Amino acid sequence: MWSPLPKWTLTVRISASGDTAVIVEFGNKVDRNLSSLVLRAATVLSNSKLTGVLEVIPTFRSLMVQYDPLVTTSTQVVAQITPLMSTTGKDRTQVQKWSIPVCYEEEFAADIAEIAAATGQTIEQVIELHSGISYHVYMLGFLPGFPYLGDLVQTLHLPRRTNPRTRVPKGSISIATSLTSIYPFESPGGWHLIGTTPVELFDLNNTPPALLCPGDQIRFEAISRSEFIDISKQVSAGKYSLEPVKVTI
Amino acid sequence: MTPVLKACVPGVHTSVQDFGRTGYRHLGVPTSGALCRSDLRLANRLVGNCASTAGLEIIFQGPTFQVLADSMRIALSGTGGTIQVSGMPGATFPAWQSVHLVRGQKFKITIAPSLACCYLAIQGGFDLAPVMGSLSTYTRAAFGGYRGRILAPGDEIPLRLNSVDDSPERTFAALPDPAKDAPVRITWGQQVEYFTASSRETFISREYTILPTSDRMGYRLSGAALKHKDSFNIVSDATCAGAIQVPGDGAPIVLLTDCQTTGGYPKIATVISSDVEVLARRPPGSKVRFSAVSVSDAEIIARDHDIAIGAIESNLISVSHGSRLDVDALYEANLISGMFDAENPQSD
Repeated sequence: MWSPLPKWTLTVRISASGDTAVIVEFGNKVDRNLSSLVLRAATVLSNSKLTGVLEVIPTFRSLMVQYDPLVTTSTQVVAQITPLMSTTGKDRTQVQKWSIPVCYEEEFAADIAEIAAATGQTIEQVIELHSGISYHVYMLGFLPGFPYLGDLVQTLHLPRRTNPRTRVPKGSISIATSLTSIYPFESPGGWHLIGTTPVELFDLNNTPPALLCPGDQIRFEAISRSEFIDISKQVSAGKYSLEPVKVTI
Repeated sequence: MTPVLKACVPGVHTSVQDFGRTGYRHLGVPTSGALCRSDLRLANRLVGNCASTAGLEIIFQGPTFQVLADSMRIALSGTGGTIQVSGMPGATFPAWQSVHLVRGQKFKITIAPSLACCYLAIQGGFDLAPVMGSLSTYTRAAFGGYRGRILAPGDEIPLRLNSVDDSPERTFAALPDPAKDAPVRITWGQQVEYFTASSRETFISREYTILPTSDRMGYRLSGAALKHKDSFNIVSDATCAGAIQVPGDGAPIVLLTDCQTTGGYPKIATVISSDVEVLARRPPGSKVRFSAVSVSDAEIIARDHDIAIGAIESNLISVSHGSRLDVDALYEANLISGMFDAENPQSD
């Protein structure tokens, strides 16, 4: 379990990665409170449009602030971002809530029987546990549009597979440790495959192309094989669009 | 007819690259772009392009192209590389000078053996649609550049210009130094405390070798293994080009422009921005030594490097012997038949 991180105890560690990035570290674990501090700071920094700052990249526990060393210096960047860090607790942010259709039938869920066996649940219980709660998008990484979602219920926590697959199909929903994710592309991967979504997670026709962004909330909605095929057809025809509900927190 | 550059022989790994895409790393989209930016910048200068115009990044083995435009001007980076124009004896031009070509001509690129990659700049650039603001190819997700992939035999890459002017061909008065044997400079990284003090010492005192499994995502090194104090797993954080991550086997990996945006291995150090290309120019089997500098020194080095490249850029001179093919002379020498077919590319 995480312990609460009250604002007044907030200390950040600032370090450098070469001459192009400053790293602001808020902690060292996968933790919802920590994540909300990181994401609020990312929003404040991105909105500040600091001179010479190229990108602000939030992760589970830190922000990378990339800058152009021909325009600014790490000393200047640190001096500009330090005062902004103290304002990070105050801002309200808008969050997108998504419902992502997932087919959990075995044909679409290569490891679901193994997951059930390893966790001592029935396949039905595994589906209920996975689709029964809302997940937080901690960050995107690994592949374009690949979300790190948490937190899984404790019962479903499993280590990564000992033999990673060389080919995980596009759209695969996967679990490992306290996290779950969706593969936007076919890729090698070491997580357990629990289902498949027909939805495009990364579509170059959209701006931005990634469906999800850090801080979004998502639920998985179980669909049947025939619903999967139906949605897939709509996706291929460009007639399917998933709209999030926007809430301010 | 759309002017194109046809890849007759595509090479091992030839891709369209510019300076990469900025502003999408928070969505998991790597920067991509040229491994050696200043080489692309200088090649672009020779053909009168903007520094960041997309060119072809050619890794390990040179391709052969055919000109399917009325005329075009090209320039190759990398001292020791050559452009060999077929159909005429002796028509081999060195890297670092612009070359004027006409419809139908074929030319073969040869990379200097001491280099891993070079850049071919084309006056006017390619007529391709940018993806997220960049023409850089990112093969792992199959977007950008030419159809999101490396070049294949027969590919025809559309060009912006169908013909170019007759201005004199150009080279630089002084050529850039590839820093072939120079130490690669680093700053200590965001997880340097994960490593023993002796591993830090080892890292900057021993020689490493670039492994053949290296690619645009990262250069894998063999040499003295680095020891983690305890764990080699961290809660994933952000990476960038130059960051040196060390997995459990202790063998460092220097991340390059196609690297994924986050990673779960501790990063002992980061190669400074000016030296990422110094490393990337070295082919597998090359030796690398690292030396540590402070962040503020690294920033000064970055600015000095930019000034040095600017100085080379601003010192353009005309090529004394001309890089123009004399078509009349070719007719007289009876060497034109190869070009004849090519002027009617529909016929073959």
